[in-house]
Amino acid sequence: MRLVVYGLIVLLALLHQDFWWWGSIDPLLFGFIPVGLWYHALVSLLAAALWFAAIKFCWPAGVDDIEAEVREDHA
Amino acid sequence: MSAGLLAVLIVAGYLSLLLCLGLFSSRFFKGTSADYFLASRGIGSFLLLMSLFGTTMTAFALVGSSGEAFKSGVGVYGKMASWSGIIHSACFFLVGIKLWAFGAKYGYVTQIEFFRNRFASDKLGLVLFPVLVGLVIPYLLIGVISSGTVIQNITTGAFPETFPSEIARFNGSIPHWLGAAVVCLVVLIYVFFGGVRGTAWANAFQTIVFMILGAVTFFMVAEKLGGPAEATRLVMEYNPTKLKRDVTPEDTARHEEKLAAWEADKAASPVKPREPEGIPPLAFFTYMFIPLSVGMFPHLFQHWLTAKSAKSFRLPVVAHPIMIMIVWVPCVMLGVWATSAVVAGKPVIPPDFGNPNAVLAIMVKRLTDPVLGAFLTAGILAAIMSSLDSQFLCVGSIFTNDIVSHYIARDAITDRQRVIVGRVFVVLIVLVTYAIAVKWPKLNVFQMAIWCFSGFAALFPLVFASVYWRRATKAGAYACVLAAAGTWIYLFRESGYGNDREFLFFGMMPVATMIAASSLAMVVVSLMTQPPPTETVDKFFKVAAKLEGAEGANV
Repeated sequence: MRLVVYGLIVLLALLHQDFWWWGSIDPLLFGFIPVGLWYHALVSLLAAALWFAAIKFCWPAGVDDIEAEVREDHA
Repeated sequence: MSAGLLAVLIVAGYLSLLLCLGLFSSRFFKGTSADYFLASRGIGSFLLLMSLFGTTMTAFALVGSSGEAFKSGVGVYGKMASWSGIIHSACFFLVGIKLWAFGAKYGYVTQIEFFRNRFASDKLGLVLFPVLVGLVIPYLLIGVISSGTVIQNITTGAFPETFPSEIARFNGSIPHWLGAAVVCLVVLIYVFFGGVRGTAWANAFQTIVFMILGAVTFFMVAEKLGGPAEATRLVMEYNPTKLKRDVTPEDTARHEEKLAAWEADKAASPVKPREPEGIPPLAFFTYMFIPLSVGMFPHLFQHWLTAKSAKSFRLPVVAHPIMIMIVWVPCVMLGVWATSAVVAGKPVIPPDFGNPNAVLAIMVKRLTDPVLGAFLTAGILAAIMSSLDSQFLCVGSIFTNDIVSHYIARDAITDRQRVIVGRVFVVLIVLVTYAIAVKWPKLNVFQMAIWCFSGFAALFPLVFASVYWRRATKAGAYACVLAAAGTWIYLFRESGYGNDREFLFFGMMPVATMIAASSLAMVVVSLMTQPPPTETVDKFFKVAAKLEGAEGANV
């Protein structure tokens, strides 16, 4: 699952290069946001979704142990 | 009461509120250097999110983004903001959590301290110090210059007898030097007394303020222009290239034709057609390297170390891209609309207007109610100050912990002395930055930010190798820093010291070459030199392995 999540993040980075809409203004989102802007706003939302997936599936498993050891060290 | 004076009173009220918050936070100060510089490593998710976001979104995000959109169109969002959404969170997740773990385990306060230990080189700090501080200073200037510009533009007519000016829009305005001085003083006071806890609280408050007021500005301006659809229609009519990223020969011909017509009869059209600016696809792609700078920002490193636990990183990693979007989309649209905005048959921005840093402030002043305009100015100042505070404190930390304490006093100063020295250096840095900002008040915010971020990004291979590559050596680290600094200096010079706004190197953003050079230097020199001592590698990579849940990794 970890590889899938990281793979999707790389894919998002590739889709960021939307050369197919370089010279386009339409379609306008809500009648005023050109495609060159709303598409990239969508990329931001997808980035948040993928990083949420990373938190869920790629979270460092041993972090609680580290925290416990640090607390012990400081005690 | 004039609108300018009303603005002065509202901004003064906001700054006073901020001072109270900063001073109140100092009541929680425990008197130790760990508390002053790291809030005793007790910052939770929400405050960490606000600190990281408020710190990374500076004047650059509001003033610079709208100014750059005014000049080059909507593409600025893709090249800076959406890349940042992906890359910043990657840095928080893949680098920040590991550095937090090392910091918590070994008690680091500054980035230089970590690198000295990781590469087992006492002198590495002496090489890194001038590079990091040299790159933070322009970053500080971005905030100080922008704050002076914003205050000057919003306070027209406030004090006509005290501050007369031949330029109508500055007549009676608080001068740039005074506005910048007041902002520096306010930030200085709450950083001085509250330390990093003061900056975290102030950042949270200011981030909420600038996000809410930014949204309100957007809707107010749109309404004044006849609605968002009408505002975009005006851009399509007068400057359509600002709504896309390429400029075709037909676009250029159409622009020349319209410009000639406008110059022949200026009364015929209220808007002067603006020069079309495209974004080459390769340059757009290589902008992805610039947000890597957050991996090496010393002030972000310090904020990472303030986290109460690794779990505190979860909210910032996920919410950061969305918050960037909430701030940047309205600013970019406002900048684009400014190119063609017309109210009562007159352009909102004068035809030969040449200071893009002031576009947002002028739009706010001319298109909103004076009271709201003043509040919105406070919002812009909030964004500026929420970055300035962390940077001032961070430079103070580096001077105190790395130079005075480590190299000069050989770690023989007391904890209390450390806090005092930190505060003294914060004051000195504020004074130096202010003096430079007053001397050169018209430096281009966007260009300065790009070069500053590029320098930090060029050092990213250093931090990445330090947490992921066991074979990275001391010599490799030196080579990496020197290659980053060398290519930065060379390319900065080639760009006419930042004056060539369109400067590309082999069709790419200069940062791509800098990162390639520093990465290559790190890899080649590390492989050519003796592997690092096992004890050094174990010290860090056993923690890293434990973090990933690897079996048998004893810390």
